[in-house]
Amino acid sequence: MGETTHALVEHHDGPHAKGIRRWLTTTNHKDIGTLYLVFSLVMFLVGGAMALVIRSELFQPGLQLVDPHFFNQMTTMHALVMIFGALMPAFVGLANWQIPLMVGAPDMALPRMNNWSFWILPPAFLLLIATLFMPGGAPAGGWTLYPPLVLQTGEAFPFVVFSLHLLGASSILGAINIIVTITNMRAPGMGFMKMPMFVWTWLITAYLLIGAMPVLAGAITMLLTDRYFGTSFFLAAGGGDPVMFQHIFWFFGHPEVYILILPAFGIISQIIPTFARKPLFGYTSMVVATSAIAFLSYVVWAHHMFTTGMPQAGMLFFMISTMFIAVPTGVKIFNWLATLWRGSISFETPMLFAVAFVVLFTIGGFSGLMLALVPADIQYHDTYFVVAHFHYVLVPGAIFSVIAAVYYWLPKWTGHMYNETLGKWHFWLSAIFVNVLFFPQHFLGLASMPRRIPDYSVQFAEFNMISTIGAFGFGLSQLLFVWMLVKCVKGGQKASAKVWDEPQGLEWTVPSPAPHHTFDTPPKV
Amino acid sequence: MNRSNAHGGWAILALAAAALAAAGPAAADWALDFPASATGLGGDIRSLHHLALIICVVIGVLVFGLLGYSLVKFRRSQGARPAKFSHSTKAEIIWTTIPVLILIGLAIPSARVLIEMEDTQSADLRIVVTGYQWKWRYEYPDHGISFFSNMAEKSKAAAIVGAGGELHEHYLRDVDNPMVVPAGRKVKLQLTSNDVIHAWWVPELYVKRDAVPGTINETWFQVDEPGVYRGQCAELCGRGHGFMPIVVEALEPNEFEAWAARSAEPDEPRAIMSNASADATGGGAAR
Repeated sequence: MGETTHALVEHHDGPHAKGIRRWLTTTNHKDIGTLYLVFSLVMFLVGGAMALVIRSELFQPGLQLVDPHFFNQMTTMHALVMIFGALMPAFVGLANWQIPLMVGAPDMALPRMNNWSFWILPPAFLLLIATLFMPGGAPAGGWTLYPPLVLQTGEAFPFVVFSLHLLGASSILGAINIIVTITNMRAPGMGFMKMPMFVWTWLITAYLLIGAMPVLAGAITMLLTDRYFGTSFFLAAGGGDPVMFQHIFWFFGHPEVYILILPAFGIISQIIPTFARKPLFGYTSMVVATSAIAFLSYVVWAHHMFTTGMPQAGMLFFMISTMFIAVPTGVKIFNWLATLWRGSISFETPMLFAVAFVVLFTIGGFSGLMLALVPADIQYHDTYFVVAHFHYVLVPGAIFSVIAAVYYWLPKWTGHMYNETLGKWHFWLSAIFVNVLFFPQHFLGLASMPRRIPDYSVQFAEFNMISTIGAFGFGLSQLLFVWMLVKCVKGGQKASAKVWDEPQGLEWTVPSPAPHHTFDTPPKV
Repeated sequence: MNRSNAHGGWAILALAAAALAAAGPAAADWALDFPASATGLGGDIRSLHHLALIICVVIGVLVFGLLGYSLVKFRRSQGARPAKFSHSTKAEIIWTTIPVLILIGLAIPSARVLIEMEDTQSADLRIVVTGYQWKWRYEYPDHGISFFSNMAEKSKAAAIVGAGGELHEHYLRDVDNPMVVPAGRKVKLQLTSNDVIHAWWVPELYVKRDAVPGTINETWFQVDEPGVYRGQCAELCGRGHGFMPIVVEALEPNEFEAWAARSAEPDEPRAIMSNASADATGGGAAR
């Protein structure tokens, strides 16, 4: 019903320009969402290729393929590309496509700024990737950019800093747009406590972005002046303190971790109710838990630094505050379980990825809880146990949620159903190989293999070999995803407006594919 | 004497976990768990790790069991009809309160071990550890001993691509001059760095602490039995980060004294103290 009335009020259809100009000058939230998502996919493949360089070198003990300095460039660039190039743009792309559709708004609140926030990204990444070819190579001090080591970067150094400044600016502009859209452009009748969870989690994430990104900008600007303008913020010789950088960095860095996972929580909270055919359990407590996690994310930063030497009281505080994040996170997991309980569950590809998310993210949560315990963390810190932990929350956590979201909303975007058989293959291969890849890394860490080393002593050989096999399996499985995407964009079975059985939300009231302009007149909620 | 009995209750659980995770000798291939501890405090840390692991496994079995049951039992293909409920205050209070209690139960033993770990007082021996790109320097200020510790020649070819060094037993974890300490004595380390941040880590001693330029960090260990314990730098410090091994050789106290007497350099006892560490000492420091 809503579908037909809606179609009647479509006056201007289609984009205003053709070809490349359409994409360069677009202010349409759907076009910009697509740009973000395509960019993210390209970066995912680039970052993945870097990961495969790392895993290839670690296939067996001894240096076979790359120089240790290049290896360090790969670990650093892999992280920067995946975090700032693949994950963050993916979530912003989903926000662009979905938030206006989900709150019943005709577009984002600030469409021209929206164009800018995307088009800052490609040049920023050109700069970052170009550093690989500069004298001295790309940054090789880890994505955490700790001084004094990062100050030993070659001529690439100012390019890295400028690139990160641009990425930060892009994120802040995007976050402002999202906050303004959500607070001002909801359809009449959609109070805050009626918003879909994906919208809620993004609203909170956007505030985290505005709080965290300027801190990163400040920290890297101080690095820049330390290197080129004679300051000594972080240089011991001039009275500075290298550890202060770590405090500032992680004051950005820990909220950043939740920037990468809160939208994922939102996505899972959309998908599970749809395929359990039952409303989300504990909506209010989901909102409260998300806010609590966001608040706590600002008071736990030093748990990344327990070995730097800090007062005992500080260690106790950061240990306890970190442990308490387990409570709201647990609430979320239990709410998802209760949503499934006595539902009517079916397992289309988005649901498969969502269920895998719940299990594998929880495993990452367990290792996170263990890492919070200072005495144990002293031993875990900077080992493969940490690598396993954050890859569990970021790969089968955040990335699986993005993939689930793409499968879930793709029919709405393209008007075609994706190929379910391909989707299922993609899921099972990804879910199996991601565990082959990352689970053995727990053992490597416990058996004391440090992270960020290009070569290792012989006792670590077996699990490294398994992990590398998993890496290639996982990486190659993603090519199925790309193939599925291409096929679905080109054609396929026609999708209905609702796509799924009885999905809740305004996005399912517009036709599939969603017309270029939607909700010119606000829908009734 | 550092073996605390405070965790007796947990010890049983820890034993159970150790039995489960039994994977032969500590540093052997296919190792699944922390290495056996060479220090009393390390044993406490290891037990804490096992306690946390067991709690996580138990919660995991419950949560994943419930999830698996729901996924099988409430399948639409089996004709499951969806219920309508969407909240239950009672359930939500329960699953907020129980985790809080579990966390408190975990925080208390952690805090106990942490307090013991940070107590560097009344040490029998002090060693100044300075990180360099890429080697360590060990100074024994009370004995007039100072020397560098580099990766052993045997592994040196490892840092060159394709040089294909022999993968011997202690490949990358062997040094020319190990740190020598007396067994059964409390050894205090004062760590600093000459260039970038490094981290001194010997897994079996359960000691890891950053060596930060301009700062002196303190930590301690007390090895129970004489023996050789191996580790390596744990903080990314540049090209040679993977090639900065640490070897600690614990001797009987009388053998240690003999070693110290042999190793003292009467000609230039204090001159070798670096400016960096001298400055840092002056600057006072425990952060």
